[in-house]
Amino acid sequence: MADIKDLHRIASQTRRDIVRMVHAVQSGHPGGSLGCTEFFVALYHHMMDYDASNFDMDGKQEDLFFLSNGHISPVYYSVLSRAGYFPVEELNTFRKLNTRLQGHPTTHEGLPGVRIASGSLGQGMSVAIGAALTKKLNGDDKLVYTLHGDGELQEGQIWEAAMYAAANKVDNLISTIDANGQQIDGSTDDVLAMGSIEHKFQAFGWDTLSIEKGNDMASVIEGLEAAKARTGKGKPVAIIMKTAMGAGVDFMEGTHEWHGIAPSDDQLANALGQLEETLGDY
Amino acid sequence: MKKYIDQGAKDTRSGFGAGLSELGKSNPNVVALCADLTGSLKMNAFADAHPERFYQVGIAEANMMGIAAGLTIGGKIPFTGTFANFSTGRVYDQIRQSIAYSGKNVKICASHAGLTLGEDGATHQILEDIGLMKMLPGMTVINPCDFNQTKAATIAIAEHNGPVYLRFGRPKVANFTAPDQKFEIGKALSLQEGSDVTIAATGHLVWKALEAAEILAEKGISAEVLNFHTIKPLDEEALLRSTVKTGCLVSAEEHQMAGGLGESLAGALMRTTPCPQEFVAVNDSFGESGTPDQLMEKYGLSTANIVRAAEKAISRKA
Repeated sequence: MADIKDLHRIASQTRRDIVRMVHAVQSGHPGGSLGCTEFFVALYHHMMDYDASNFDMDGKQEDLFFLSNGHISPVYYSVLSRAGYFPVEELNTFRKLNTRLQGHPTTHEGLPGVRIASGSLGQGMSVAIGAALTKKLNGDDKLVYTLHGDGELQEGQIWEAAMYAAANKVDNLISTIDANGQQIDGSTDDVLAMGSIEHKFQAFGWDTLSIEKGNDMASVIEGLEAAKARTGKGKPVAIIMKTAMGAGVDFMEGTHEWHGIAPSDDQLANALGQLEETLGDY
Repeated sequence: MKKYIDQGAKDTRSGFGAGLSELGKSNPNVVALCADLTGSLKMNAFADAHPERFYQVGIAEANMMGIAAGLTIGGKIPFTGTFANFSTGRVYDQIRQSIAYSGKNVKICASHAGLTLGEDGATHQILEDIGLMKMLPGMTVINPCDFNQTKAATIAIAEHNGPVYLRFGRPKVANFTAPDQKFEIGKALSLQEGSDVTIAATGHLVWKALEAAEILAEKGISAEVLNFHTIKPLDEEALLRSTVKTGCLVSAEEHQMAGGLGESLAGALMRTTPCPQEFVAVNDSFGESGTPDQLMEKYGLSTANIVRAAEKAISRKA
């Protein structure tokens, strides 16, 4: 477990990785990646028990994480590599031909750390439920975590899964919703207003809590710890985590405009000027 | 004298249920999921004997496919059960991304395939499922012909590491293969040798192919009958061994012509040694309500259709 200063240093480097990866191939999804940086760093460097040096698909006696909104692969890849799943130099292959770091995460190329393909939205919670059920069958008391976009909640399968998890007391599951209020065509309220996400999960029978400052490391850790403390009590746990899309790079922050576009050379320089190189660029 | 005797009509879905029940006893890693069709899929015996390994997911097939994918992580071998329509078209993207592309060891078991589910009509009579599933990279596609073979196939796919689509049906049909058979994925079976025409059939059409071969024999025509219980991977060797000898082919299946067994066979022939082929399959049409026999007759999947197709294929030989 790292202390919070170390986590801040990892987060700064992760953000540098994200903008550099997306800039290098002039494609990818920086906005959501930057917004979820604190979550990923807290999850992999503070919360989860896992063995990155000896990746095994079954993940027995390890905590598991499933990224359901696979388009934020840049943050996922950066954090996986810096957690030791694969060499950080491999970040240089992101989205290039023959890479294990496909545009959207996949098991198909054998990238350590990834246990399911994601990209087509709405599928990760179901998969996580399956993995959580297997843990129960195996007498494995580790936890299963997921991350979903708030826009992703417009997919119906999410609610099939939410209904199932509550009805069947899948209480070794913590699903976090990245509530940045943005999706491709605009704000979630403009595209398809969902009302209270927290109330929806409560109505489906979940235990819920919110992280109001999803880009504040201490708040994210506090929220994840609180969620973990609520597992094993007969209900799946949902975290509604408010973040700013593009957080950490001023000109990308708080808008859907940077959902899926890459910075120019000048914009990259500007962004890197705001982000300290702490662990060494890949 | 008949080489194959109907041991008493049974439904292929009950073969699946019997196979699953055996697996429940023999393989503790086998788990089963069902979307509110436990009785229709004949999964009750497994569910009753192993409630801790049986997941009732409700009417939520997309979620079922995702849960099945997740259950493999940690070593379980999930068998999903619902109608063929809801096992394929309804959940194609979930199967594509979470199971096939992710390389998950899920067995997608699908009943009520084709026209023979009968009176429920076209909404439930999927005739496109073989095509949908065979297009997915890495997916094995199996359509056994009777109760005994469906039971054997169910048991065999648990030993195969990778996603499988197992297709079977609702009605009671002739049960004529050996009860103790060993099922070998990807190996077409020669049921009857012949020299004038090859009839390659799958699923419910295999028995009709044997009936057709008898009628053809009375007309002095020698038909070879192959049971292609596995559509993918396709046993091209068995096909070519036969068609090189007979010089023409009839494919027979309870499926659209587009995307079916016949199309796979035609592709194999065209790449190697082409010969005339006639298709006994549904021709770009939805089904409708009716009894199974009425529907098979109306949509051109009867024994008589196979006989006529064989005569036509023979007539087209150069």
